[in-house]
Amino acid sequence: MKRRAALVMAVAMLVGCQREQRDLRLDPPVAAALDQVAPTANGIGGAPPDVYVALGGPYESNAYNLGEGKRLYTWFNCKGCHADGGGASGPALMDGWWRYGADPVSLFVSLRDGRPNGMPAYRDKLTTEQIWQLVGYVQTIGMASATTAAPSRNDEMQSRPAENRAPAAADLPTPPSR
Amino acid sequence: MALWAALFLAVGGAGRAEDAPGRAPAAAITPETVRGLRLVSTFRTGNPQAHVASPQVAGDRLLVFTPFPHTLFALKVEAGHLRVDWTFRPDGNRMVEGVACCGLGLPGPAVAGDRLLLNTLDGHTIALDAATGRPLWDVPSAAVPRGETLASAPLVAGDRVIVGTAGDDFGIRGRVAALEAGSGRPLWTRFSTGSDQDVGIGPGFAPFYDRDLGRDAGVTSWPPGGWERGGGSVSGTLLHDPELGLVFHGTGRPAPINPDQRPGGNRWSSGLFARDAATGAARWFYQLASHDLHGVSGTGPLLMTDRDWKGVRRKLLIHVGLSGYVYVLDRVTGEVLSAEPFVPVNASRGVDLATGALLRSDNKTTRIGTMTRDVCPSLTGPVTPGGAALSPETGLLYIATSRLCMDIEPRPATYMQGTPFTGANLRAKRPPNGSLGALVAWDLAAGKPAWTIQEDLPVLGGPLPLPGGVVFYGTYDGYLKAVGARDGRVLWQEKLASGIVAAPTFFTAPDGAQYVSVLAGQGGALGPSAGLEVDARDATAARGLGNVLRGVPPPEDGGGALYLFALP
Ligand code: HEC
Repeated sequence: MKRRAALVMAVAMLVGCQREQRDLRLDPPVAAALDQVAPTANGIGGAPPDVYVALGGPYESNAYNLGEGKRLYTWFNCKGCHADGGGASGPALMDGWWRYGADPVSLFVSLRDGRPNGMPAYRDKLTTEQIWQLVGYVQTIGMASATTAAPSRNDEMQSRPAENRAPAAADLPTPPSR
Repeated sequence: MALWAALFLAVGGAGRAEDAPGRAPAAAITPETVRGLRLVSTFRTGNPQAHVASPQVAGDRLLVFTPFPHTLFALKVEAGHLRVDWTFRPDGNRMVEGVACCGLGLPGPAVAGDRLLLNTLDGHTIALDAATGRPLWDVPSAAVPRGETLASAPLVAGDRVIVGTAGDDFGIRGRVAALEAGSGRPLWTRFSTGSDQDVGIGPGFAPFYDRDLGRDAGVTSWPPGGWERGGGSVSGTLLHDPELGLVFHGTGRPAPINPDQRPGGNRWSSGLFARDAATGAARWFYQLASHDLHGVSGTGPLLMTDRDWKGVRRKLLIHVGLSGYVYVLDRVTGEVLSAEPFVPVNASRGVDLATGALLRSDNKTTRIGTMTRDVCPSLTGPVTPGGAALSPETGLLYIATSRLCMDIEPRPATYMQGTPFTGANLRAKRPPNGSLGALVAWDLAAGKPAWTIQEDLPVLGGPLPLPGGVVFYGTYDGYLKAVGARDGRVLWQEKLASGIVAAPTFFTAPDGAQYVSVLAGQGGALGPSAGLEVDARDATAARGLGNVLRGVPPPEDGGGALYLFALP
C-alpha cells in the first residue's frame, strides 16, 4: 500500500516535472531558430518560426513565461511609454486596435526591430526568448478572449482589469481607484 | 515697438512683460461690446493631434504651428477671411513620437523683426524669413536618440537666441544654449547638473539663500554618475530682461521620479536660474525643492513686472509653480517674497521665506515600493508653461489651472537610453473638493484669488486678458469664453468642435479690424498628454490622467481648427 502510494507520487512528480520543465537558458540552436520569423514585406503578419510551432506556442499559454513577460514589461521601460496598456507617448496596447497587427509575428517584429514612429528596437537589449515572453504578455493585455493561462497577480498599483479577467477588450467595470 | 509688444503677448508667456510699452489697443472689446462677437472665418490645419501652440501674430500675418509632424502656416486676414500666405514643413524624425512625454505639440516661433525662430519637437532650431517662410539656417538643439526633445519656443535676447532642451522623463541632462541669431552659431551652453564650470557657476554667482551654495554641488548632491542623467530640463518659459541683461529659466524635476535612486539635494534640478544673457554665467539660483519628491519642477510660467511691494518699488519675477504656489521673487536678487497656493496643495505646508525651503508634509513623502495616496498637486502639473498672464489694467494674474491630485508609487527605474527613466506608477485623482479645473484671477499682493471660475475639466486653453476689461479662455469641453476681468462674470461664450488646449490670441489686421482667434483641437480623449490611441480604462494611461478623465467622451474630431471672431 505504502509502496503503491510512493509509486503514484513518483509518477505524479514526474508528470509534474515534465509539465513545468524549464531551462535556465534556451539551447542556443533553439534560440537562434526562434528568431527566424518570416514577416511579410511590410513587416505586418507572416509565418512564425517552425520551432515555435513545434514547441506548441509556449509563450502564449504558459503562466511562467507570461509572468516573465510581465516583469520584463516593467523592467525594460515599456511601461513608461505604453503605461499598463492604456498608452502615453506610445499607443494603447489594450484597445484592440493595432497599427501593425496582433499576431505573434507582428508583435515579435515590433519589439525586435522597433517601428518607425517611435518604437525603439529591443534587438540588442533582450534575448530572443525574452522578446517572445513579452509578445505573450502583450497579447494578454489586448486579449479579446479568455485563455487558460495568466501572468502573476499584480502586487503594484491596480490600474485596469487584470489580465486573467479577459475579455479585456470588452467594457468591463473599471477597477476601484481608492 | 508696438508690434513687438503685441507679438510678445502672443508668444504664450515667452517675454511677456506686463508693462511692455505700446501694447496693441484692444479696448474696443469691452464687457459691453463683447456680446456682439461673431465667427467670421475658420481654417483647418489637417493635423489630428493636440494643438497646444497659440496662434501668433507676426506683422500682418497670423501664424499657426501644428503639432509634430509640423506645419507652420502663415495666414493673412483679408476682409475677414483667412488666406494661406505661405507654409513651412520641416522634415521630421518620426522616432521622436516615442520620446515626446506630453504630446506632440509645442509653442510656435519667436518673432524677431523680419525673422521667425522656430523650435521643432525633434530638436531643430530653425530661422525663417517671416515674409516668405524660407529657411535661413537650421541647427540641431536636441538629440532624439538620447531622449531629448524641444518643448518650448526659442527666446530672442538681443542678437542671441536662447534654446532649452526637454526630456525629464527620459533621463536627459538638461541644458540651455545661446545661438547667434544671424547664423545659428553656438555661443554658450550651460547644463542643469554637473560641475560648476558646466553649470556656469563662478565668481559672479550670488544666490539669495545659503542653501543654494556649495562647490560642484551639481555633482556632489547626486549618487555617483546620477547627474549625467539627472533631468533638470529647460523645457518651460524662458524670459529676458534686457535692462538687467539677464535670462531667467526654470529647471525640470530630477530623474528618475523614484527618489530613492537619487539620494541628495539633486542640484540644480527643480529650481530657477537667473543667467547673464551674454555669457550664460549663473547670477542666482533658487531651488524650489531640494531632493524633489513630487515633481515640483521649475518649468511653470515665468512673468515679470515692476511694482510696489510692501511699500518698496521692486523688480518682480512671478513663477506659477508646479508645486501649486504662486511665487513672487525679487528678480535682481532671487529673494522669495511670497509663495501662496493657487490650487489644492498638501504635498507641502508652504515655503519658509527665511530659508527658502519648501516645507514638506510628513504624510505625503514618497518611497520606493510604497503607495502614497491623494498627494496634491499631481505630477502632471497644475498649470502649463503658457497658462498664466498678467493684466496691467487690473493688476491681476490670470491662471488656467488643473486641480488634480495623485496616487504615486515609486518603483525601480533602469536607465536605457531613449526609453523612459521614470520609476513611478501614477494615477491622477480628483481634488478633495471642487472641480478638476478653474480659471483663477490671482491677487499678487494679497496672495489669494480675487475670483475663481470653476470648470468641470482641467483648463488648458488660456488665458488672454485684453485691456478693455475682458479675459478670454478656452475649455476642455470646447467653449471659448469671455469673462469680466474684474469680476469673473461670464459675458459671452461659443461652443467649438473640439476641446481648447491653447490660449486665444488677439490680432489687429492692417485695416484696423480687431479679431480674437483661437485654435480648437484637443487631440485624443486624454488631450495633450498622450497621443490619439489611448485607452482610459487603464488608470495609469497618460501619466495617470486616465483615472480622472475616463468618463469624458472623446471629441468627434479632435483635430486642429482655427476660429476667427470679430465685433460687427
Ligand atoms: C520610447 C517609448 C517606447 C518604449 C520604451 C516602448 N515603446 Fe512600444 N511603441 C512606442 C511607439 C511610439 C509605438 C508606435 C510606433 C509606430 O507607430 O511606428 C510603439 C509600438 C509598439 C507596438 C506595436 C503596436 C501596434 O499598434 O501595432 C507594440 C506591440 C509595442 N510597442 C510594445 C512595446 C513593448 C513590449 C515595449 C517594451 C519592451 C515597448 N513597446 C517599449 C513607444 C515605445
